[in-house]
Amino acid sequence: MAEAAAHDHHDHRPHGWVRWVYSTNHKDIGTLYLIFAIMAGIVGGALSVAIRMELQEPGIQIFSGLAQMVYGMQGDAAIDGGKSMYNAFGAAHGLIMIFFMVMPALIGGFANWMVPIMIGAPDMAFPRMNNISFWLLPPAFLLLLGSMFVPSAPGAFGVGGGWTIYPPLSTSGQPGPAMDLAILSLHIAGASSILGAINFITTIFNMRAPGMTMHKMPLFAWAVLITAFLLLLSLPVLAGAITMLLTDRNFGTAFFVPDQGGDPLLFQHLFWFFGHPEVYILILPGFGIVSHIVSTFSKKPVFGYLGMAYAMVAIGAVGFIVWAHHMYTTGLSLDTQRYFVFATMVIAVPTGVKIFSWIATMWGGSISFKPPMLWALGFIFLFTIGGVTGVQLANAGLDRSLHDTYFVIAHFHYVLSLGAVFAIFAGWYYWFPKMTGYMYSPVIANTHFWVTFVGVNLIFFPQHFLGLAGMPRRTVDYPDAFAGWNMISSYGSYIAAVGVAIFLYGVFEAFQKKRVAGANPWGEGATTLEWQLPSPPPFHQWEQLPKIK
Amino acid sequence: MRKFMASARLLAGAAAAGALLSSASAYADQPRPWETAFQAPATDMMRQIEWFGNYTFVFIVVITLLVLVLLAYVILRFRASANPVPSRTSHNTLIEVIWTVGPVIVLLLIAIPSFQLLTAQYTPPEEAKLTVKATGNQWNWDYEYQADKSFSFNSAILQDGDRAKAGKEDRNLYPRLLAVDNELVVPVNTMTRVLITATDVIHSFAVPSFGIKMDAVPGRTNETWFKAEKEGLYYGQCSQLCGKDHAFMPIAVRVVSDAQFKTWLETAKTDVPAANKALMAEVDGTNKVAAAGN
Repeated sequence: MAEAAAHDHHDHRPHGWVRWVYSTNHKDIGTLYLIFAIMAGIVGGALSVAIRMELQEPGIQIFSGLAQMVYGMQGDAAIDGGKSMYNAFGAAHGLIMIFFMVMPALIGGFANWMVPIMIGAPDMAFPRMNNISFWLLPPAFLLLLGSMFVPSAPGAFGVGGGWTIYPPLSTSGQPGPAMDLAILSLHIAGASSILGAINFITTIFNMRAPGMTMHKMPLFAWAVLITAFLLLLSLPVLAGAITMLLTDRNFGTAFFVPDQGGDPLLFQHLFWFFGHPEVYILILPGFGIVSHIVSTFSKKPVFGYLGMAYAMVAIGAVGFIVWAHHMYTTGLSLDTQRYFVFATMVIAVPTGVKIFSWIATMWGGSISFKPPMLWALGFIFLFTIGGVTGVQLANAGLDRSLHDTYFVIAHFHYVLSLGAVFAIFAGWYYWFPKMTGYMYSPVIANTHFWVTFVGVNLIFFPQHFLGLAGMPRRTVDYPDAFAGWNMISSYGSYIAAVGVAIFLYGVFEAFQKKRVAGANPWGEGATTLEWQLPSPPPFHQWEQLPKIK
Repeated sequence: MRKFMASARLLAGAAAAGALLSSASAYADQPRPWETAFQAPATDMMRQIEWFGNYTFVFIVVITLLVLVLLAYVILRFRASANPVPSRTSHNTLIEVIWTVGPVIVLLLIAIPSFQLLTAQYTPPEEAKLTVKATGNQWNWDYEYQADKSFSFNSAILQDGDRAKAGKEDRNLYPRLLAVDNELVVPVNTMTRVLITATDVIHSFAVPSFGIKMDAVPGRTNETWFKAEKEGLYYGQCSQLCGKDHAFMPIAVRVVSDAQFKTWLETAKTDVPAANKALMAEVDGTNKVAAAGN
């Protein structure tokens, strides 16, 4: 240890590609994660725009042509191939946005960058494991992208079973290698996340600066700690489920094959035992980020700090015992459904505590509306909308009508696309000056916010109406009566795409103009440790551990 | 509260009304352009679901508006220019207890009717008089009638080329992607049990205006029930992703009078196409009369 410390002194850093490929530095790895998330987000976003283009009008317009171009199909084969391609786009959009955009951005990116700094640690506990956590992701992503170009069902390419890959559609329904590639992709991405989770838990438990007790730890570190536990406990269950899927497909086992004693619903239970904690994995780090931003720009400490921390603990814990609310229509018994209705509604209470505490943090504050604050305010309001429709969906009796309709799509995009993604952009504009040393143009950042705000609401609000009227999700075409709201929704998606372009331009402009941000551009409200370091922070920080009062 | 919901529905229905008046001679329940709410209920169960949906809607609108108003207030009142010196308050036990207990009470108010609704869905009020079995295939349905002599037929999406031959050229009554070649035929005001399964992958049998949706899972038989209150055509769609033609396996239920059903059933036992033809001829006639009273 002593030898290594002496060696690393004086900002000694590797140069060129070695710095990035062999990196064991949490900030460099965090930067890699962020770049990766941006690239994956562009791919996942492009897939969703293609989906919205198809749904802009009734009939099949885009995907038969795409199948012709990409797979060289002709005539009726192109129409059939196009329908399957639409399903493949839907599955890939979901998997990419979850595993390769939101998780890398929030956990690999922001948490890697900021958690060690915020708790006063020089780096992550296992720097080499941190390196492998990141470098597992690109091959996983390539496997998933590759799966879109190999056969699945006869006359079809790519995984066409939604991100939920329910058997038998993912086993006997798609015998080709596409599903195997996707399963391997998920295995690798899952391993990457499990390693990352172990790293965060060890770091947060063991490497806090002297005086930083758990109850003094910044809320973002709390959020990441809880997220890491959710990852550690839920991902192995997914790994088990998709391994069974893999052996069912290739080695003659019959875990999910009913006529050989298996049960397709077993997979759904396993999948959602992972899948429900997963949605909290996506949103909890966002909760942490929003707490810091609201506090910083209100120039006030977070209201009800302990309540905020333990609300997240409660959300994480209860998140593990509500999985079957995704399965109300599968034929669960009455008592089973009663239990899951009850447990699911309980989650609304800690979530409400968080919303009200953010407002109370602002109450009496002196609020400045810098770009990160705009995104955080947008998050609070839009997450509330997604939250309350979640309370409706929790009721099995009502879910009978809404399950697997666009109402559900609207609900989970309000909490994820308008919740988690708004939190990511809030974090981006909050920490960009810290990470790069440059200040972006607030005009561009604000334009990015308003264009995105209008765009995503146009996409997803009308989808509530479509769902109520009964439009099933995951359909390439729809009865003509649904045309109106679908058109609005598609226009919204184009506006949101413009928002992404503005975002990218803003990043480019900031690097071009090189406006110096300074150690703390946000003033007295920014109290966490990262603002005591220069921007960008030195290659190794806290060689003298900070003392927390 | 009910008044509020009613007006919300009224607004929603305004756009739909035009389409209704100008369209079909017979009654068909299906999505309408620019619809913003549930399709019109055709069973008591769907009416209960709709009531509960509107009931919870009131709560969530109030909660959302509350958050919106609070946000607007802090944005205006506590903006830096209006309030340059921030307070340092970070605790208030009373308010924290209130915003924990408040939501609990709201959830209780939602939970009580919610459990009643859920229980009602699993507690049919009477014995089923008719049992049909729906089997999902990629990408059509098989309907089996378990009468004295059981028989079954296949129900697939209506191809455009077959419209004329089937006498289903009215696209309001037989819409694209919803119309089928052979409808599921059931008598009105009759407790009907539906057994649901699948042969290949998971499908889902859903009829929005009946308030039913039940997955068709290979290897198991799920059960649901409905009691349609009004004669007419009711449409639904497969509601579980089942592959390439998931968007193209509609569900159509034709609800007819008791007498019409008996006649249809007798013929259908031996000759389904002939039974459907005869039924359609009769239904079209009577509904043209009934439509005036609609």
